[in-house]
Amino acid sequence: MPQIFRRSSNLVSRAVIFGTASLAIILLYLLVVVNRSDYYTDVGIKVRQPVQFSHKHHVTDDGIDCRYCHESVETSSFAGIPSTKKCMNCHSQIWANSSALEPVLTSWKRGAPLRWTRVNNLPDYVYFDHSIHIAKGVGCSTCHGKVDEMPVVMKTASLSMEWCLDCHKHPEESLRPKNEIFNMAWKSSSHQVTIGTILAKEYKIQSAEVLISCSTCHR
Amino acid sequence: MITLPELAVLSHKRGDENPRMWRSIEEFAETPEFEEYIRREYPSQSSLLIDPISRRNFLKLMAASLALSGVGFASGCAYKPKEEIVPSVISLRTESPGKPKFFATAMTIGGSATGLLVRSDDGRPTKVEGNPKHPASLGATDVFAEASVLGLYDPDRSQTILHNGKISSWGSFLTQFRPALEIQKENKGSGLRILTETIVSPTIGDQLKKILAEYPEAKWHQYERVPSDNKLAGAKLAFGKYVNTIYKFDKADRIFSLDADFLDSGAGKLRYIRDFSSRRKSESMNRFYMIESTPTLTGAQADHILRALPTHIQAISKLFANGFGIKTESEETIPEKEKEWIEVATKDILNHQGSCIIIVGNEQPIWMHQLGHLLNDKLGNIGKTVFYTEPVEVNPMIQSDSLLGLTSAISSGSVEMLLILGGNPVYTTPVDSGFADLLSEVKFSLHLSLYEDETSQECSWHIPQTHFMEEWSDTRTSGGTASIVQPLIAPLYGGKSPHDILALLSDDQGKSGYEIVRDYWKSKSATTDFEVFWQKSLREGVIESTTFPYIQLQNPNSSLVIQDYKPRANGYEILFRIDASVFDGRFANNGWLQELPRPLTKITWDNAAIISPNTAKQLGIETHFGSHGGDYITEKIEIELNGRKINAPIWILPGQPDNCITLPLGYGRRSSGRTGNGIGFDAGKIIPTAWNTTDAHVKKISGEYPLAVTQHHHTMEGKDILRSQPKDAVIENNHKQNPSIYPAVTYEGYAWGMSIDLNSCIGCNACITSCQAENNIPIVGKEQVAKSREMHWLRVDRYYTDSPENPAETAFQPVPCMHCENAPCEVVCPVEATVHSAEGLNDMVYNRCVGTRYCSNNCPYKVRRFNFLLYQDWTTPALELLRNPEVSVRSRGVMEKCTYCVQRIQHAKITSEEEGRSVRDGEIKTACQSACPAEAIIFGNINDPESRVSKLKSEERNYSLLEDLNTKPRTTYLSRLGNPNPMIK
Repeated sequence: MPQIFRRSSNLVSRAVIFGTASLAIILLYLLVVVNRSDYYTDVGIKVRQPVQFSHKHHVTDDGIDCRYCHESVETSSFAGIPSTKKCMNCHSQIWANSSALEPVLTSWKRGAPLRWTRVNNLPDYVYFDHSIHIAKGVGCSTCHGKVDEMPVVMKTASLSMEWCLDCHKHPEESLRPKNEIFNMAWKSSSHQVTIGTILAKEYKIQSAEVLISCSTCHR
Repeated sequence: MITLPELAVLSHKRGDENPRMWRSIEEFAETPEFEEYIRREYPSQSSLLIDPISRRNFLKLMAASLALSGVGFASGCAYKPKEEIVPSVISLRTESPGKPKFFATAMTIGGSATGLLVRSDDGRPTKVEGNPKHPASLGATDVFAEASVLGLYDPDRSQTILHNGKISSWGSFLTQFRPALEIQKENKGSGLRILTETIVSPTIGDQLKKILAEYPEAKWHQYERVPSDNKLAGAKLAFGKYVNTIYKFDKADRIFSLDADFLDSGAGKLRYIRDFSSRRKSESMNRFYMIESTPTLTGAQADHILRALPTHIQAISKLFANGFGIKTESEETIPEKEKEWIEVATKDILNHQGSCIIIVGNEQPIWMHQLGHLLNDKLGNIGKTVFYTEPVEVNPMIQSDSLLGLTSAISSGSVEMLLILGGNPVYTTPVDSGFADLLSEVKFSLHLSLYEDETSQECSWHIPQTHFMEEWSDTRTSGGTASIVQPLIAPLYGGKSPHDILALLSDDQGKSGYEIVRDYWKSKSATTDFEVFWQKSLREGVIESTTFPYIQLQNPNSSLVIQDYKPRANGYEILFRIDASVFDGRFANNGWLQELPRPLTKITWDNAAIISPNTAKQLGIETHFGSHGGDYITEKIEIELNGRKINAPIWILPGQPDNCITLPLGYGRRSSGRTGNGIGFDAGKIIPTAWNTTDAHVKKISGEYPLAVTQHHHTMEGKDILRSQPKDAVIENNHKQNPSIYPAVTYEGYAWGMSIDLNSCIGCNACITSCQAENNIPIVGKEQVAKSREMHWLRVDRYYTDSPENPAETAFQPVPCMHCENAPCEVVCPVEATVHSAEGLNDMVYNRCVGTRYCSNNCPYKVRRFNFLLYQDWTTPALELLRNPEVSVRSRGVMEKCTYCVQRIQHAKITSEEEGRSVRDGEIKTACQSACPAEAIIFGNINDPESRVSKLKSEERNYSLLEDLNTKPRTTYLSRLGNPNPMIK
């Protein structure tokens, strides 16, 4: 009876066994990497909005404070999105005829609200609160990046749970003095950890155990 | 199944033991069925394992779900929907996105108001709380107020105007209404009748008064299915006029109730619970005697209870009156034992003249109400514990007479136009009034109501009514204090308020409800700056100086005329009672209330004729466990009263007198909406004008009926579950420390804990409904409740001691999650979906949960609830508005349980830290705590020795549930106390 398998079958079987194993590892690796990649988290992806609104122009060129539009950021969980009326406070006088303002004017005339697309979106089971982060010395740019340099707003952080927890475990790495919260140009110094630790004590930041307890963010 | 002779033997056997607590007759008798039952947690599942067909289905499903999860994983783990942010065009000053606001308003039910604060999340009313500034609620609520927010969004509410059952419009209504009204105007309104429920709204009263002046021959009738006639008539007999009686239970050392269920029904009950329980907590504990015809929550609080048939209660009352020198003739013989009981109670009361209360039940005959006033006067209680004011009703009347006047006018053909504003008289009026049959004879009839109900169908016009959270109005509470009812949302389904309809008949035409109410108070207010007065009234929820002053009344008419007294006959005596959940039937479509276990029977989604164990034996009726694992199979009886018959399933209730059948009203609705239609039986089909009746014929009929009863659901095994003792008893040291193999954990910062005072809890269920509203808890329906799958995070267990025929004690125990420090659930979860927080909370992480149910299996307190199916309604748009945005909405396959209202904890922590301080004691109130009228639940930081909860936990009475398991629960109990009279054995 002749041999069923030829000598080369050894090679084929080895290739199949090791190939499958490495393919599985590569796939798993890819999944882990893809899940954290900008492709999946939408970091750096410019989002199309109903109005060609430029933060860069309004913040850097005009010097408008974040809180003029995002007015409930210090008092509520939600930072607030300006009403059409707020746009019209200025734009009934300036650039009133610009074609870029067309959707705002239509909204104002018809009384139909503008429908913005969310850029920084958390799942519904995450209960993030802006006011407490500001009260505890976390600046806008820490999470939102340099919005003052963005003509079109995009995400600069993954907003993954891993990313949240990094800071909740080591808040001292991101804290800044309270008068710098809305300063878009603020940069951490080389002594950040030392300064941050002092600030954490001053702001009575709770222990990491409390900050990483599930019910701190999930209810 | 139990046979009753066995029961008698058992009760003898247990005679000299320590009082043993039991939940049902099966548990009392320790039947093998019961022993088997408590071994299984979800009894319906255990049968699946041995059923080959189900097992195969199970494997199929598992394979399919595994395959599907693979697809989900490969497709990138999660689907991220695009979301929009839609800001207003013009933002209002009052807008505060993300921050809830509270508005003061009030809910009127049965002619009395409860002051409320309603939470509004971005313009949606989501949760009802009591108004702490309102004298009748003092911050507490009841189940009806808590569930009213579901009633607001009910998609079954009437949404269109109907003319003879066809969709019509407001415009075409007016074109028919105006000419008809013109004719009435010419006839001075001789054909015009207005039928309302009990009106306490000053503005509606004023509008009606003006209308009656304009149409002098028109008449205003009132009818509501809440017993109030005898109380009013009794007061009139005693004092020559209608008066409102107010009892001060906080000032009474001795209370004697003649079948008065003052803690659970009638006006002012929330205040009464608070006052009563304040005297159960204190050193100078009151003593409470009760004579009762059917078990009530009030009776459960009594130190001494005498159970008697309704007719016998009258005989006992005569004997009782004799003890105070009021001579009445009594032809009935009273057993020696009862005579002794009455004698001792009388002596005790005579020793507390001026600091006791005699209170008579609303359903009792007129002469007994007169007797109540007489006795309070004789004992010097008037002006000390009993006070009188002018009636709260705008126009107090004997409603059954008023209804009779209306029906006789209809049958004589003199009613041409009938406006029914609110209520559902076709369903609620007694059968012998004939109203339901006569209504269709009226040419122009209008019904304003929330639902297109039984009455709407008989009327030529139906107009949808606004919910009280959608309208401007006003109301009064039992002490006379007035409140403005302010809307929280624009009418969801169109709708008109009674003010709008009445405005059509007067000069107010064209005015909005807001203007009518505001103008009325403008004319009444003496202040110079009305705007300040108005804003203050709205903000506080109470209108200043509207509380009625006490009136001085003395020397009530002492000639007692005993009318309509029927002695005990051979037949069965029937009692009709307002249902604890659906009230007079108006809440039949409210799923929260339907699924709420009735406080004593623990029946859900049904009503049943309540009978005693001996009567069941006499009729040859038995109940037994059903096959679903959480249901009971019961049998049916036919009740014949005055030639009318109904069929009803029965329920055997310990403490019910023999030969007496209690029929809860409000069921058997034909047109209440999808939830309430056709469930239960309608006891209203045999109800006569005088409620209490004798001479009913009852027989067993064939056929079984399944009832979803929760009394055995989530049964715990262990000793000393509910502790109860006389107040002077020496308490053993309860603060023992068990050794543990777990390392000791210290909690720095906050450590949350709860204390539940069993001595205060009256079992009213307000906590359950409040929890349901706060935490987005779904309802599951009768079939699922029958499988022990109800989702309430908090349950109230009811226990008895002594024999089922005459239980000595009825006690309630609310059981939420214990938040154990050594939590048995945490160690068995394979995916860390339930973990401990740094503040000692037993956190539940829904997104990690894979539904193994190991945690629930390992929980000795049985407080975990599993979403076996997709119970939450994800599709009805109206119900999306109802959800509390601060709490995740859970889906199928996820375990859930009490979180100590972690969203409220986080909210208070965030607020306090922003203000640079720590959380104040009492700043966090869990939903159950804020609803509780008896202040039985206290929550707080146990690391702070000065906090209220720490102080309660250091009391001698403090104990942990199933202490021997050493789970170190954060929720602990204070044992129940009694204050028995040593002279009564």
